[in-house]
Amino acid sequence: MAQGVWTIAEQRDGEIRKITYELVSEGRRLADALGQELTVVLLGSNVKDKAAELAHYGADKVLVAADSRLEPYTTDTYVSVISQLVKAGEPAVLLLGASVQGKDLAGRLAARLDVAMAQDCTAFAIEDGNLVAIRPIYAGKAYAKVTFDKSWPQMATARPKVMAINEPDPSRSAEVMDAVFTLDDADLKTKVVGTVKDESGKVDLTEADKIVSGGRGMKGPENYNILEELADVIGASVGASRSAVDAGWRPHSDQVGQTGKVVSPNLYVACGISGAIQHLAGMSTSKVIVAINKDEDAPIFQKADYGVVADLFDVVPALTEEAKKYV
Amino acid sequence: MNIIVCLKQVPDTETQIKIGSNSKSILTDDIKWVMNPYDEFGVEEALRLKEKHGGEVTVVGLGPKRVTESIRTALAMGADKGMLISDEALEGSDSLANAKAIAAAVKDLEYDLIFTGQRGVDDDMGVVGATLADLLNIPQLSLIVKVEVSADGKSVRVERPIEGETLVIESTLPALITAQKGLNEPRYASLPGIMKAKKKPLEEKSLADLGLNSADFGEGARKLKILELTPPPARAAGKIVEGETPQEKAAQLAKLLHEEAKVF
Repeated sequence: MAQGVWTIAEQRDGEIRKITYELVSEGRRLADALGQELTVVLLGSNVKDKAAELAHYGADKVLVAADSRLEPYTTDTYVSVISQLVKAGEPAVLLLGASVQGKDLAGRLAARLDVAMAQDCTAFAIEDGNLVAIRPIYAGKAYAKVTFDKSWPQMATARPKVMAINEPDPSRSAEVMDAVFTLDDADLKTKVVGTVKDESGKVDLTEADKIVSGGRGMKGPENYNILEELADVIGASVGASRSAVDAGWRPHSDQVGQTGKVVSPNLYVACGISGAIQHLAGMSTSKVIVAINKDEDAPIFQKADYGVVADLFDVVPALTEEAKKYV
Repeated sequence: MNIIVCLKQVPDTETQIKIGSNSKSILTDDIKWVMNPYDEFGVEEALRLKEKHGGEVTVVGLGPKRVTESIRTALAMGADKGMLISDEALEGSDSLANAKAIAAAVKDLEYDLIFTGQRGVDDDMGVVGATLADLLNIPQLSLIVKVEVSADGKSVRVERPIEGETLVIESTLPALITAQKGLNEPRYASLPGIMKAKKKPLEEKSLADLGLNSADFGEGARKLKILELTPPPARAAGKIVEGETPQEKAAQLAKLLHEEAKVF
């Protein structure tokens, strides 16, 4: 009988990534709803010392899979190890983060286990002992409530920056166990041969707390410096609409939208962006949306919490100055 | 090089999505169907690799008969052969089942590389590529923005942007790549290409042709069950920030963001 909630921790270079705390917190809530235990699976090379803090966020057990071949992440090594652990441990629910790594891992892991997987979910619940998940579809133009049939463990990935992180309780401890698994060198099918760090030191849009984004109204690449200045003052990353990216003003990696990045920051400031459905698809789960556009009929004002109908070239620099009073 | 490209159709991204009265599916009457945008990147990359290394590109589409149109588009862009996997019993299948149908269709073909889009912009699931790779027991390289095949055609080097950096990954072939935006700019089919496409082979396979049992597919076989579709959650109505001048509005906005929204 499948029992227990498991989450897969995500770490990079030995550091736990923030999405892990979101998963552990949500996993704790689901484990409580089921009246079962939360186990966090931590894979990597030198990661055992990180187990304790996972307890603070709600883990009852931490299963540590340590091997030099688990650093860095590759799909095949992680799928091999986790599927062995899952077959042995038989959890009822298995959660991962819908980060780049998480999505790569979850798809193949679900295939290996021959189970269904709900991708990029924005809410979870337990109903009649089953995991129920809410997930956006058609780029958020509709939401689907899904559940699982004859499919154990019930697997899902959580959209980053949506699940609330618990207050860590340093008095909580967990049982830390060494995972038992076999790994063959033949399991290493792909190799990370290099990484190119983003030198700008910018926070990736999918992880940013605040985003200032520019669209067609920016009129050209040279004008983005006013957004960069605002971003610097309030601690934001700079995004762009598809128009701006297609025009070559900003790189692909800056695009927010249906065929770009899906972001969920605390603050999203849309400057000179009309608010086409495809753009809204990428930022509609932002906590606070601000729209600055001189066209009062722009659809973005339907979604904005605060709308400023004025020329962004007047408003943005003024906002930068005003914001300095508060940050 | 022999390359297989998988594709499907999705509603055009301009489409207004309307939920049907049973709350479990969308209304399809007014939908304009197009090739999934991420699949287009796969077609284009396959064609570029063929131009560089020689070989053949086969396009495999799954879905109702109308998907033939998108396969023809890929043939018009320059692919050599098409295959449509189509069966009434496939309607309503989940990603796991769809991947199994595609795996059955391609497992006996010769291929060095398989491309899929990183996800479909309808269900936004992004698992068919990974599932197909696992069923075929080949490595998958997902969310890829750059592909280089080695001169000897035995390995591939790809780039995947992750948060804050780009990974450079190598794999032996055959492998499966899921295409991410930024991989390339897909070409438009030329008029001569469209004419040539009409003569290119396009075969159709049913589940029975693939040796598959229809009981394993469709709505009834879904492991991921849809309980309900709803419109997106409504946001509380927003406010237009007041002020006589842009500067006043900016000041008021900053105040609201600090005091009311508390975002800085």
